[in-house]
Amino acid sequence: MRRVVVTGLGLVTPLGADVETTWANILASKSGAGPITKFDASDQKCQIACEVKPADHEYGFDAGKRVDHKIQRQVDPFIVFGIDAAGQALEDAGLTDMSEEDKLMAGCSIGSGIGGLPGIESESLVLAEKGPGRVSPHFVHGRLINLISGQVSIKYGLKGPNHAVVTACSTGAHSIGDAARMIKDGDADIMLAGGAESTVCPIGIAGFAQARALNSSYNDRPEQASRPYDKDRDGFVMGEGAGVLVLEEYEHAKARGAKIYCEVIGYGLSGDAFHVTAPEPTGDGAYRSMQMALKKAGLTPADIDYINAHGTSTMADTIELGAVRRLFGDAIGTVSMSSTKSAIGHLLGGAGAVESIFCILAMRDQIVPPTLNLDNPDEGCEGVDLVPHVAKKREVRAVLNNSFGFGGTNASLVMRKID
Amino acid sequence: MSDTADRVKKIVVEHLGVEADKVTEEASFIDDLGADSLDIVELVMAFEEEFGVEIPDDAAEKISTVSDAIKYIEENKG
Repeated sequence: MRRVVVTGLGLVTPLGADVETTWANILASKSGAGPITKFDASDQKCQIACEVKPADHEYGFDAGKRVDHKIQRQVDPFIVFGIDAAGQALEDAGLTDMSEEDKLMAGCSIGSGIGGLPGIESESLVLAEKGPGRVSPHFVHGRLINLISGQVSIKYGLKGPNHAVVTACSTGAHSIGDAARMIKDGDADIMLAGGAESTVCPIGIAGFAQARALNSSYNDRPEQASRPYDKDRDGFVMGEGAGVLVLEEYEHAKARGAKIYCEVIGYGLSGDAFHVTAPEPTGDGAYRSMQMALKKAGLTPADIDYINAHGTSTMADTIELGAVRRLFGDAIGTVSMSSTKSAIGHLLGGAGAVESIFCILAMRDQIVPPTLNLDNPDEGCEGVDLVPHVAKKREVRAVLNNSFGFGGTNASLVMRKID
Repeated sequence: MSDTADRVKKIVVEHLGVEADKVTEEASFIDDLGADSLDIVELVMAFEEEFGVEIPDDAAEKISTVSDAIKYIEENKG
């Protein structure tokens, strides 16, 4: 059976424009939240977000590093973030100069939850104010969700499967799981897999606020707004950025002497079949997703040392925790579970990929990242190590990552260190 | 260099992300400046905005070099 390993990582987040900076800031309990700077948000109920910082910031993002000037002008920011993170992952894997033979078996599965909302918003205004003749000829392909995969394949000559998942906030995790299957099935030897998002724009913030999903009472204290499992949580903080992994067939990676981070051993998926935005109250969908991932991995709950929770800082946090408790039984006492959304906000379609990378780094460095702002754990959190406030050194051999999205779509990934 | 030429070149540099010294009057948008057909549509829109001229599709199709653009604008601007 073909096995799938991770050989490269790339990140663009509100806490850094690369993997190591982001991870160092996560472990240092920093928050990426602040007042919205991309537009005047003074008339919005929610006026804060975790934005990717500008190039002149201490850990800001320089789009010019890996994305052509012309493409930057034509496409939405989520595509720019995705191209950059994919480039980082290829560089990390030592795959920027592949043979023609390898390129035929190298593909992309980089999705997004929403896609180019800022550009849809701004070009709609152009249409209304100036008419159809002023709409950009790059409008469509600069906003489409599969255009990270498209742009990356063109830039690096990747001629294998070209795929893009769209499952709201489960996108990043589904992208990795689907890509791993493509490698297992022999469709590809190498897959760039992940997700990206950038919807910090007036219609994006207003839309989520109207759906009662965003925080609204922390505008004067942005760094305290994302507080998964805390009694005083009142909605997620929007984040933005991208996470992309290089997945590679194990023998292929070994043959070229690649650095191997870990193996992707389990992938679970399920549907809630309940409500468009609210999770099923018993957490049954989440339970079945995790259960399937563990079964595929051939592991028991006691084998999992760390869970990177979906934990968005909404009422759903304790539903997920309830599902984990039911599945883990006694093993709930030995696992550590945290939500890094407390630090970087909710990257929506990027979340599952970014958080999978945190899981991998937790295994690499044998340390689990913290849940910030967890001052007063809500009812139902008793007896679970939610890693409050500070990172924690511990043994991390195998990890579970959960992502759940609007529409009742659930995905879970299990990864394990490889000897 | 005329004011029109300066403004045209500035737009080309900004839209195509090319070095200013490559934007000579003889330069072809596609062959020398790396543009594709959609980039030209976008450039034509930018010229229309900047100079307040209408450049119909049949005229736009004939604009292939920087000097073609400058010439058309000089002849048609209000």
